[in-house]
Amino acid sequence: MSLILSMERIRDEDRPKVGGKAFALASLPKGEFTVPQAICITTDAYDAYVSLTGLRERILMEIHRKDFREMRWEEMWDASLRIRNMFLNTPIPSQLLAALGDAVTPFSAGKAVAVRSSAPGEDSAKASFAGLHESYVNVRGGDVILDHVRKVWASLWSDSALLYRRELGLDPDKSAMAVLIQEMVLGERSGVVFCRSPMDPSQAVIESVHGLNQGLVDGTVEPDRWIVKRASREILSHVEPVRDCWVAPVEGGAALEALPPELASRPPLSDDEAKAVCRLAMSAEDHFGAPQDVEWTFRKGVLHLLQSRPITTGESDNRTDNRAWYLSLRRSFDNLRALRNTIEDDLIPAILRDGADLESMDLEALPLEELASEAERRGDIHRRWVETYWRDFIPFAHGARLFGQVYNDAVRPADPYEFMGLLAATEMESLKRNRLLEGMARELRESPRLRNAIERGDAAREDPSFGGRLDAFVSRYGLLICPGGPSADCRFHVSGILLKMAEAPPTSSGAVPASVSAEAFLSRFEGKQREEAAEMLDLARASYRLRDDDNLHLARIEAELDRAVALAEARLAPDSVTPEDLGACRERISRVKKKGYVPRSTAASPTVNPDFEIRRRQLTGQPAGPGLARGPARVITKRSDLTQFQSGEVLVCDAVDPAMTFVVPLCAGIVERRGGMLIHGAIIAREYGLPCVTGVTEATTRIRTGQALTVDGYLGIVIVGPDSIG
Amino acid sequence: MNERKLMEQTNEARLELSRLLNSQRLAVLGTHNGGQPYASLVSFAAAPDLTHLLFATTRSTRKYANLISDPRAAMLIDNRSNHETDIHSAMAVTATGAVGELLDTERAEAQVRYLAKHPYLEEFVRSPSCALIRLAVRTYYLVTRFQNVIEIHMPS
Repeated sequence: MSLILSMERIRDEDRPKVGGKAFALASLPKGEFTVPQAICITTDAYDAYVSLTGLRERILMEIHRKDFREMRWEEMWDASLRIRNMFLNTPIPSQLLAALGDAVTPFSAGKAVAVRSSAPGEDSAKASFAGLHESYVNVRGGDVILDHVRKVWASLWSDSALLYRRELGLDPDKSAMAVLIQEMVLGERSGVVFCRSPMDPSQAVIESVHGLNQGLVDGTVEPDRWIVKRASREILSHVEPVRDCWVAPVEGGAALEALPPELASRPPLSDDEAKAVCRLAMSAEDHFGAPQDVEWTFRKGVLHLLQSRPITTGESDNRTDNRAWYLSLRRSFDNLRALRNTIEDDLIPAILRDGADLESMDLEALPLEELASEAERRGDIHRRWVETYWRDFIPFAHGARLFGQVYNDAVRPADPYEFMGLLAATEMESLKRNRLLEGMARELRESPRLRNAIERGDAAREDPSFGGRLDAFVSRYGLLICPGGPSADCRFHVSGILLKMAEAPPTSSGAVPASVSAEAFLSRFEGKQREEAAEMLDLARASYRLRDDDNLHLARIEAELDRAVALAEARLAPDSVTPEDLGACRERISRVKKKGYVPRSTAASPTVNPDFEIRRRQLTGQPAGPGLARGPARVITKRSDLTQFQSGEVLVCDAVDPAMTFVVPLCAGIVERRGGMLIHGAIIAREYGLPCVTGVTEATTRIRTGQALTVDGYLGIVIVGPDSIG
Repeated sequence: MNERKLMEQTNEARLELSRLLNSQRLAVLGTHNGGQPYASLVSFAAAPDLTHLLFATTRSTRKYANLISDPRAAMLIDNRSNHETDIHSAMAVTATGAVGELLDTERAEAQVRYLAKHPYLEEFVRSPSCALIRLAVRTYYLVTRFQNVIEIHMPS
């Protein structure tokens, strides 16, 4: 067993132990290439660490809790976060520490290093997936380096690695991670060169930035781009971006900063240097016998090769493969900061304006032709917002995830979701709505006379002010609660909910557990980093809040579309228009419907084999809200099912959306088919302190309304039926 | 049989039992509900003096409900390997006794011992919905070589 190998000692047979990245660098002939001094912590060290600490079995437990094919990306992200936290909270055992300490001794005198992942299999010629595992730059000091080694080990189980687990051959029993500790070359100009363009194989593509490479690799710094003819090294084109920022080394890492003006006007490379970079890539290609994707940096005029890996397209032929899209959801802090401005300053005001405009329009007054046109217009508006939702709102949700990772890195809590306690102190539209409901329920609890009046349907006469508030509530939220929108029926329905709430004890929400304080997090940082941490917390709160609110805003647009379509359909009764008009309008309306909102699929009934019956006793999902609850199930397959909801029931549904959560104050617990810790069901459950299990694949198909349920929100399991042996 | 021989045999049986209990991770737990027997697989750990066996379960399971209504239980631990030779070479022990849920300091102490054997169950055992149960063993029935059965009675 060799825990550490210097680059000179790496032989062909060591490849599985040192990983593709380290192996490639070790094989480059000295003299021909300038590569940074480095050592490799082999997969043996990873193996020893997970075996000695018992982590291997804990990872196995996490990976096997649910079938991967049934896991959403959000669930993989959650699993990955839990595994990462295990690594963060598991120190390297002393016997291993002694051996690894020797490895970092040459670097411990304050010399900066890069700590890079070098996974066996990651960079093989067949599968090259850049960025699935973590690397850290500008790390200093023995202990800090080894701390980062653990983070790189943990990234063997990153969410993206879990997504590409088949291609990587990821196997909890066998997979291991090697780590490359590389002397940091603080280059003044850096970049990436693809020695064969995916567009034209006769060309090479160079991307380059001022400063370090990180901004280029994660997409936050726009690079200068050169296209070079491979055969002649002739520069075919040079596209210059607006150069306004760069990634510069700072204490303990690297940070995005404004680019000094004297550099902003200058491309990072001269033509000759671009050609030299191209030559470097071609030499690497000659050496490895395959086109390479090479990372490099210029320091004091010397061109260093930082890493080299074979180019593969990485794209799947399968058009239904949306994994690349999931990975694109992982945004950097700076990217999210820009997105937040767009969302808060432009998009949210615009969607609210659109919703209000649509709501204020008197559709009843429109002749049928115009109503059909209006429905078409609404279909377009709705479609535009759905696109915006996927393009901007969903990626912004990553803000809460990014914060979770930063929080766990800094605080290392036992509970990887402790950070959510800090996010919960935010004001969500659905909670404002529920507080209005709770306020009215409290009045009913205190006044039997009012309760009787509301049962009789004349609350307004008994207490005009209450009646006014009820009416205001119905007109504000009715469209989202009742299938038919604000109406006498809806008023009756809301009254029913209030009566049920009045019978139950008061609920409270939004209480932040005393154990989580923002200061405990912020105190881990100093100076500028503390400011950034505070900003990141603020951004995460905005992200958390928006993930609830955007759905309500979108649901309002959708309900307005439905309103126009429903009205037009009602008018299409044969006696109200001439036959020709009717035909044309009907076709137009049906087109709108086709393009527009498609109701979620309803639950299939449980399949019963005539010979034997299978019943699910215990269903496994993800723990999403701690606590234990018992109660009868209420399976929601369509919005109108919510009107039946009784106090003390467990809400079981495909996907909780904020328009549904007005019944949450009546709930004993929540069970959801869709999985994840940061989805609405989980967020709202946490706000109300309700036990919640998400990611229960068969929730709406195997559970029937009325069945006794136990929701174990600590362990993520749902137990169906009474405790007797049949 | 003289006293010394008897002592040797007792020690040997104890040793064999101890080896079996420490080498195995899973046990079959027997409970009943109103006379209907019910068997479950559990991860167990034995006390160093063999006086009791530990296992964990959430409080929503059938086995837990059964044990609440009647704490008497049996546990089967064996080292079979699903080969023909099992019939003569495998060893099995049935432990009988009564269970109790461990609380507070008793639980904290037992939990350390239990997790030392099953570290990967940490999240499960630490969950507030999970009970740590102790079976105080009255008797062990140790079966070897197919039909060779000895009883080990624990001090009461």
